Amino acid sequence: MLISCDLHSKAELFRGIFGLNKTVVELKQVCKDFGEHRALIDISFSVADGEFLSLLGPSGCGKTTLLRLIGGFEHCTSGSLLIDGQTVDQVPPERRAVNTVFQNYALFPHMTVFDNVAFGLQMAKKPAAEVATSVAQALELVQLNGMERRRPAELSGGQQQRVAIARAIVNKPRVLLLDEPMSALDHRLRKLMQKELKQLQRTLGITFILVTHDQDEAFSLSDRVVVMQEGHIEQIGTPMEIYEEPLNLYVARFVGDINVLSGIVRKQTGPSTYQALVEGATVRLRSNRPLSLAQPIHILLRPEDFRLELEQDMAESQDLSAKFQQARLKGTVRRVFYHGATYDVEVNLESGTRVQVTEFFDDDSENLYFKPGDAVALGWHEGWEVVLPHE
Amino acid sequence: MTRWLQQMFAACVYGFLYLPLAIVALFSLNSSKYSLAWKGFTLDWYVKLWQNPGLMTAAFNSLIIAACAATLATLLGTVAAFILHQYRFPGRRILFGTLFVMMMSPDIVIAISLLLLFLALYLPLGFSTLLLAHTVLCVPFVATTVYSRFHGFPTDIVDAAKDLGAGEYQIFRHIVLPLAAPAVIGGWLLSFTLSLDDVIISFFTTGPDYEVLPLRIYSMVRLGIKPDVNALCVVMMAITVTALILSRKLLKEKK
Repeated sequence: MLISCDLHSKAELFRGIFGLNKTVVELKQVCKDFGEHRALIDISFSVADGEFLSLLGPSGCGKTTLLRLIGGFEHCTSGSLLIDGQTVDQVPPERRAVNTVFQNYALFPHMTVFDNVAFGLQMAKKPAAEVATSVAQALELVQLNGMERRRPAELSGGQQQRVAIARAIVNKPRVLLLDEPMSALDHRLRKLMQKELKQLQRTLGITFILVTHDQDEAFSLSDRVVVMQEGHIEQIGTPMEIYEEPLNLYVARFVGDINVLSGIVRKQTGPSTYQALVEGATVRLRSNRPLSLAQPIHILLRPEDFRLELEQDMAESQDLSAKFQQARLKGTVRRVFYHGATYDVEVNLESGTRVQVTEFFDDDSENLYFKPGDAVALGWHEGWEVVLPHE
Repeated sequence: MTRWLQQMFAACVYGFLYLPLAIVALFSLNSSKYSLAWKGFTLDWYVKLWQNPGLMTAAFNSLIIAACAATLATLLGTVAAFILHQYRFPGRRILFGTLFVMMMSPDIVIAISLLLLFLALYLPLGFSTLLLAHTVLCVPFVATTVYSRFHGFPTDIVDAAKDLGAGEYQIFRHIVLPLAAPAVIGGWLLSFTLSLDDVIISFFTTGPDYEVLPLRIYSMVRLGIKPDVNALCVVMMAITVTALILSRKLLKEKK
């Protein structure tokens, strides 16, 4: 007992010295039922101090319920929720060191900007002078100084959003919860607010938990992303892990465009390399997941992972065909979409499967390199494929 | 052409509605005592009104009862609306529905039932029974007005207050009450006018020692319409219309 205590404090000391973040929020096997409906199923993860975490998923996947649970507006049906190591299941929202930025901001319409932001401090019975200084600081952080006397109805959507953020951060919470805060803003303003939000989080060093259904938003802001579906977690990881190594087809499809090829394992050629028949062609694959012989598989490739060349050029150049040694699928260009810096090529493979390839636009040439009807060879950068068992 | 027809039609409807009121106002300024013939302009009847002690007592009684009933009904109605809006409990819908039943019931039915109840309880008819009766009349109107105001609140606003550390009392004091204030005041004014011009319920539920204005007018008119009654009607109309306009303004102020 004594030893374990000692070890624990040593670990704390160790973390302190090396600046390793400790856990702020921890969920253990949390379930939440609304009557017959299971909104959350066996949710477990922890959030580190100063981390920016996103809960990503389509509407109805339980991400908002999860946020409301941490905020104290809902209670776990089973499992437990800890904030700073303390179980808070029975602690009401007004006594949690957590503040929320609501989806529609939920500003108090009858109060000025100053009173809105000061509300939390006044409820905590802080002296008036301290309230005034803190409110001024918070408004400066969100660039709203000079707006103190306005009412929410006199502000634009973006300004209301800033008030909502200032109203939450002025209380110096341990964790800031954001429920789709950008969903009501137009595209340009949303991009701007995303940048400012990230900047704000760095300045304050507070843990942010963001709920969003927008993959771009989740990826560009977060240290880690939790991908959810129908009440459970599909994958937790850094944006890069989730994009490049999705654990299943659902995650792969949810985060960006993806091509799914079908295949079957032929033989194992090394510790993590295999030969497989994919869409009618024999290819070499790399997989950290053990695969068995004759196992049906999915091969996932992002549009930008492909190599694409004209069959005509391949016949002329040895160097070019060498690049397609590990995989060479045949197809025909169906359509080409120009996007400025890049262009998408839709290719019909011989097997009938349609894939989308993204190519960088070559500034030297005047025209797009590929035209509908071209016979093409399709390969990919070795090792960029993700192999999943057939679902 | 059609525009002209429309305007004609509108004029007829408004004439139909407001001509009687205009005539009362006009004759309250007529110097003729008995006939309906116009004998010249005078403000004498308004002065006479002021000098009639019986009438002034009745008017004073009416204002007292209207103010008391409106206040009582506003307190009860606002709390009822808050409970109906904030909490979910069995029978909530039925309770909400009964508010409308009370608003729709003919006054005569309410009056007779209240009279029966007071008699059964051996309550002497007078100020207290009248106050109770008028409060019963007004509560549903306040409750529905305030309820619809609560219903229009921005969602999550109570959650936001909780999130920022406000307890139940502070939420009611700093968020709910200020936001509902226009509806609460509007409800009070509406109740005030309802009570002020009620004849039927007052007739059955007050006693001889507490006479209110509408009943006094009723008894005066039985001896023929005198111009001072006209003047009185105009004064009451002015009070009612002012209260109504005020209540509309307050309710409309914030959408």
